[in-house]
Amino acid sequence: MERKFIVSNPEKCTGCRICELVCSAVKEKGFNPLLSRIRTVRINSLLNTSVACRLCKEPTCVKSCPRKALTRNDSDGVILVDESRCSGCCWCVEACEFGAMISLLDKKTVVACDLCNGNPKCVELCPKEALSLKTAEEVGQSLRREAVKKLLEENLESGRP
Amino acid sequence: MLGYAGRILFVDLAQKKSRTKNLKENFCTKYVGGNGFAIQLLHENTKPKIDPLGPENVLVFAVGPFAGTMVPTSGKYIVQAKSPLTNLMGESVSSGMWGQNLKRAGYDATVILGRAESPIYLFIDDETIQFREAKDLWGEDALQTGQLIQEQIGDENVSVASIGPAGEQLVKFANITNDTYRQAGRTGMGAVMGSKNLKAVAVRGSKKIEVHDLDRLMEVCGHLYKECQEKATEGYRTFGTPQSISVHNYLAALPTRNWQQATFELAENLSGEFLKSHYYVKTIACSGCPIACDHLSMVKGQPDEKVASVEFETIYALGTECGIGHFPVIMDAAILCDKLGIDTISAGVVVGWAMECYEKGLLSKNDTDGIELNFGNSEALLQIIRKIAYREGLGNLLAEGVKNASRKLGKGSEHFAMHNKGLELPGYDVRGLKACALGFMTSTRGGCHLRSSMYDFDAKGKVDRFRADKELGKIVKEREDLWSVMDSLILCKFIRSVFGTYDKFAELYTLVTGIETKPEDMQMAGERIYNLEKAYNVQEGWTKKDDYPPPRVMEDPIPDGAAKGSLVTQDEFETMLDAYYEARGWSKNGIPTRQKLLDLGLGDFAKGRGSP
Repeated sequence: MERKFIVSNPEKCTGCRICELVCSAVKEKGFNPLLSRIRTVRINSLLNTSVACRLCKEPTCVKSCPRKALTRNDSDGVILVDESRCSGCCWCVEACEFGAMISLLDKKTVVACDLCNGNPKCVELCPKEALSLKTAEEVGQSLRREAVKKLLEENLESGRP
Repeated sequence: MLGYAGRILFVDLAQKKSRTKNLKENFCTKYVGGNGFAIQLLHENTKPKIDPLGPENVLVFAVGPFAGTMVPTSGKYIVQAKSPLTNLMGESVSSGMWGQNLKRAGYDATVILGRAESPIYLFIDDETIQFREAKDLWGEDALQTGQLIQEQIGDENVSVASIGPAGEQLVKFANITNDTYRQAGRTGMGAVMGSKNLKAVAVRGSKKIEVHDLDRLMEVCGHLYKECQEKATEGYRTFGTPQSISVHNYLAALPTRNWQQATFELAENLSGEFLKSHYYVKTIACSGCPIACDHLSMVKGQPDEKVASVEFETIYALGTECGIGHFPVIMDAAILCDKLGIDTISAGVVVGWAMECYEKGLLSKNDTDGIELNFGNSEALLQIIRKIAYREGLGNLLAEGVKNASRKLGKGSEHFAMHNKGLELPGYDVRGLKACALGFMTSTRGGCHLRSSMYDFDAKGKVDRFRADKELGKIVKEREDLWSVMDSLILCKFIRSVFGTYDKFAELYTLVTGIETKPEDMQMAGERIYNLEKAYNVQEGWTKKDDYPPPRVMEDPIPDGAAKGSLVTQDEFETMLDAYYEARGWSKNGIPTRQKLLDLGLGDFAKGRGSP
């Protein structure tokens, strides 16, 4: 089975940061964006989107870990942290291109999005349905559909078949 | 006492010292948070009749028990002080991330005392309070200041509330900007900051906010998020607040050219629909809000492609009020006001007044430094805004607000100075919205649409909008109390059609804090908070005449549109006002009675202040 990961649609994302609150509530039993595995980014107000672990096929975080504390779970691709090995050096935080490895203030070890056993609460509660849990194939499918729809609509408007 | 951070931070700018005080549970249940905390702290930490711009005034920032949790639209803060614009109680609410950061830093409120010797900014970083040099930031615009401080600290999670040059120059309607696009706009809180040599307050909080029943709260909020996507909020989500332009124009409730008309011939070009199809680029939300009403605009194809967040009130004040119907001009003026740090509503109304003075010959070209200050003159609008912020020439007079400016100029110009208690009126022509007329005038902070939002009743036909009915007294009283609770919890008024009842507030309050609370407790708290505000105003010399509308509302009928011929006569207004005082249990002169204050648990005030 191909891995699924959390995808954020910047067209729909309003930058409300509710996903951060939901994640910290589920994982850390309280509200604090700094404890969230998913993070919202807003640039110049216009660009809004949320970023969580992509579950890379060749995760740079795993490769970077000097203590071999990180492994990629075979079944779903989730990054597992061996807390007895992790020293909290945060080399993996630097290695991940998406800033998806999170170092928690009150914990020694790092964490990443674990998809909440396949039912991520942030996806369920996103008010604008900007978040979804998808395979790369599904991401491609919806993008292709959008692209074709747009092209055909433009053609219809300009009178071409 | 979960939900609350549990502490108040006191900062003395002169001594460069800070201390904290733990909150007691009875303080929390009595005053709820936000508005309730801030007005009580203002009472406790100031003496009567102080100079609002003197070091003895305090600046109180407060958040509510829901701030930083997932309760929808709860990420707000309130700022209160004695207002330099009204000389009464001042207050303003804003959103963004600032309030949540204050809560996470471990404080439900901060009381800023005294005056710094030279320009500084405050950095509240959890337990560490830093007094940082701001000489280089003095003179910077409000938006740039926030970015520069973020860069200086090197963390974009830092939230900054800052003033622009207008706050430094003590312009009496200077505002406070936070998180770039959000403003605590009204009653001149930015001038109070400026008077304290305080350029900004930066906050970073890293603490977790815990609540009583997390699982149930998630379930309830999940449902509320869904309801926020339904019919009740459709207008906000589809067009944002500019949706109201067409509605007001249709009702003849769109004040135009300083309230000389109530419809605008160019309203269509400023309508929510028009803006959406011509200037809209992106919808964004305040932190923690599932509705997302903020429709960002841009004039595409321009070399600099400026982005602006322009709300209904700004379109009224800088647009119709000044006779301007070209949206890009309003955008430019709004951006200018935001950068300089002045409230767009007050700025627009004072400029509109000056334009009428100019057209009537009460101000000459000599007075305006050569500016042709006619209605509709875009360049003049931009020039005069700049002059206000730096108090140059005529700007120095206008910077005092329309009440003071019209008193100084005289020549009959007070007749059309559109304010109540010195606060410039928002964009609702109350001459044909009589419930709204009463609500605007009884407001403790002066002419304001957010202390009871009575237009809901007029515009939606819940009452006959042309009838000054006695019943309105009670309706306004009840709305003000309810709104006081919203401003204390603090919730955005835009969620009122999704949930806006004491039942729901009490349910959420109990889930968050663990304090068993009944709807009646909430209702009583609302009334208590409103009376506290009133008691402050009475202490500062408020009298019944301060609750009256400006003469134009009572003497000049609306000349156009669906409300043509309508006005609120003095008799009509007094009928409503007397009924309101009666519903409040106040004296005939509108002063809280000793018994009322005792009933509300405000014994301290019953002893000395407030009693008739």
